[in-house]
Amino acid sequence: MAQTMDPNNMPILSEASVSVEIETEDMTLNIGPQHPSTHGVLRLVAKINGEKISSVEPVLGYMHRGYEKLAEVRTYPQVTTLVNRIDWVSGFANEIPFIAGAEKLMEIEVPERAQYIRLILTEMARISSHFVFNGAFPLEIGALTPIFLAMEDRERVLDLLESVTGGRFHPNFNRIGGVKPAAGAGPTTKKDIQDLPAGFYHDTKVAMQKVLEAVDRFEDLIGGNEVFQIRTKNVGVLPKEVAEEYGVSGPILRASGVEFDLRKQSNYLPYDKFDFEIPIGENGDCFDRWSVRTSEMRESAKIILQAIEDMPSGPIQAKVPKVIKVPKGQTYVRAENPKGEMGYYIISEGGLGPYRLKIRTASFSNISILPIMLEGALLPDLIAIMGSLDFVLGDVDR
Amino acid sequence: MSFSTELLIKVLVVLATAPVMALGLTLLEVKGSAWMQRRPGPLHVGLRGFIFPLATAAKYLQKETIIPNDVDEPVFKWAPAWVIAAVVGLFTIIPLSPTLIVRDLELGVFFLLAISSISTIGVLTAGWSSANKFSLMGGLRAAGQLIAYELPLILSVVGVVIQAETMSTVGIVEKQIEFGFPFVIAGQGIAFIIFMIAATAEMMRTPFDMPIGESELTMGFFTEYSGIRFLIFYISEYINLFVMCAIASTLFLGGYHVPLLPTEWVNFYGPLVLIGKTFLLAFILIAIRWSFPRFREDQLQTLAWKILIPLSLLNIMATAIMKVVF
Repeated sequence: MAQTMDPNNMPILSEASVSVEIETEDMTLNIGPQHPSTHGVLRLVAKINGEKISSVEPVLGYMHRGYEKLAEVRTYPQVTTLVNRIDWVSGFANEIPFIAGAEKLMEIEVPERAQYIRLILTEMARISSHFVFNGAFPLEIGALTPIFLAMEDRERVLDLLESVTGGRFHPNFNRIGGVKPAAGAGPTTKKDIQDLPAGFYHDTKVAMQKVLEAVDRFEDLIGGNEVFQIRTKNVGVLPKEVAEEYGVSGPILRASGVEFDLRKQSNYLPYDKFDFEIPIGENGDCFDRWSVRTSEMRESAKIILQAIEDMPSGPIQAKVPKVIKVPKGQTYVRAENPKGEMGYYIISEGGLGPYRLKIRTASFSNISILPIMLEGALLPDLIAIMGSLDFVLGDVDR
Repeated sequence: MSFSTELLIKVLVVLATAPVMALGLTLLEVKGSAWMQRRPGPLHVGLRGFIFPLATAAKYLQKETIIPNDVDEPVFKWAPAWVIAAVVGLFTIIPLSPTLIVRDLELGVFFLLAISSISTIGVLTAGWSSANKFSLMGGLRAAGQLIAYELPLILSVVGVVIQAETMSTVGIVEKQIEFGFPFVIAGQGIAFIIFMIAATAEMMRTPFDMPIGESELTMGFFTEYSGIRFLIFYISEYINLFVMCAIASTLFLGGYHVPLLPTEWVNFYGPLVLIGKTFLLAFILIAIRWSFPRFREDQLQTLAWKILIPLSLLNIMATAIMKVVF
């Protein structure tokens, strides 16, 4: 006893206490592929220390459907059906860059009216996609009510999409050189071809007013909620530089403060004729990602209202040969989809279908940021961050 | 009547009432949430969907009990019993009228706090024995949460006890009648809010439902449960909701008493008054559940230790000073 109390022995004692420190081992937690908030079949292999995440490895491919390969044995018009199903939350928007690419290779001038219809429907797809986000993100954080309101509001937009294209999720509406005559447009004889269903302009105006109201309501109900704010502000901060390095695009990139929107910087659709703003975030946290998307809905509604006002008349289909053959060449056309940049690299050997089709999807690049963002985060933050990235597994795996 | 017959009758009455109250609250929850979410809610089972909770319970009773391979079987099987025993045990001290009470304990409030913490054991063992990482995390979160919120729960009640000078629940109600005002108006408003927040956390309801945390931990500590054992967890959640709200209305809202009604009839209207007050409080908690997201685990602990506990200590001091001065 006397010996241990001797001050000379104290250093030895403290060394001893260091050596008996309990060694802990990180627990491996498999989040997914079946988990309520992985948006389908994403699997995250997380190493966790208590609630803290030390590393995360996303495992993809549970939903791989081989669309790039399938496209090689299909004709161009048939591929449109496939690409609908990549990001099913905004099916219509997926068609645009592919069709635009094929048209670019064929050097077809698309009639202005067809372009306007495409633009309106793309923006509707964006609104419906962001409605889903506005329901699903709070749901993941634990608020169960917004999803019902969001789904109800989204239905108005989907009804409009359905009235034009005949499909709610998979419109398959674009044709090379234009768009298909609308589903509800009555008899389509060669002479008297109708493109939009009766009452479409009026219904759209009403629906867009409802969308604007819904956005106000969401900003109040979700954004104004204190618990939502403390769960999302300063959580999952994505710095500008990191976002750019990893090829992140869409609302996530803009939430980090980068002003990059292909609607302004590219000309795949006549966006330059409309007056709209690009919402930019400041901190790049989960709250900014939510708020950028919600503001985007408002801008999209504005674009649609403007497009309805000065809708040009004229044909909706350019003259194209009966059998569509795309001349030899390659092109890459990209578009601003609700989830981010989507692009198709088409290589044509002059056949009926693409020789090779490379699909660049937004969600795939966006979730590449997950391991960086989740390192050191808490488990509940993992859910919040994952929700704020708003990916769709069909868009990740293709 | 001998003591044992009386006891038997009381136990049977409690065992009959508890599930009925739980079913009533389940109905209030499904209908209330449907109303908040602009959907019709259950409509087709029985009279306009009013026996829907009963049908749900019957459904769970029919289901097979699945016991996974690696579970610690006796612990796993007994865990729901701890939870339901703790919440049903609390019925002992809920006064429906001065005489309609299982037992008017001298240390009623103390009994409440002692018994309510037993459910921690059930939750923790359920999480531990399930042999599932999500369950384990849910169980540990629940343990941390229940321990943290036990304190504000106790401390907020201390103010009431000081003001009423008794721990008996009947005594507390009588004191409020004598005083003319329920304690929530007469000095214990802050304590009432703290009590309700702490009770919500004890019940693990949104915004404090991290132990269950559906979008994070699937179903938390009862992920692996199925059939009747799942039903027991489920039903004890609602019994707990009833009990906590009943105790809150007893301690803060004047319990079975309403002004202007003749006190000699209290045995008839008392139960209805208490149940009415309870359902009103429960509806507030239901409305909160369906409008808020959940907190994070660390934010929950911060709220308990840095805000609620100091506040309730201040409340105790203020009450004590007022008691001495007046």
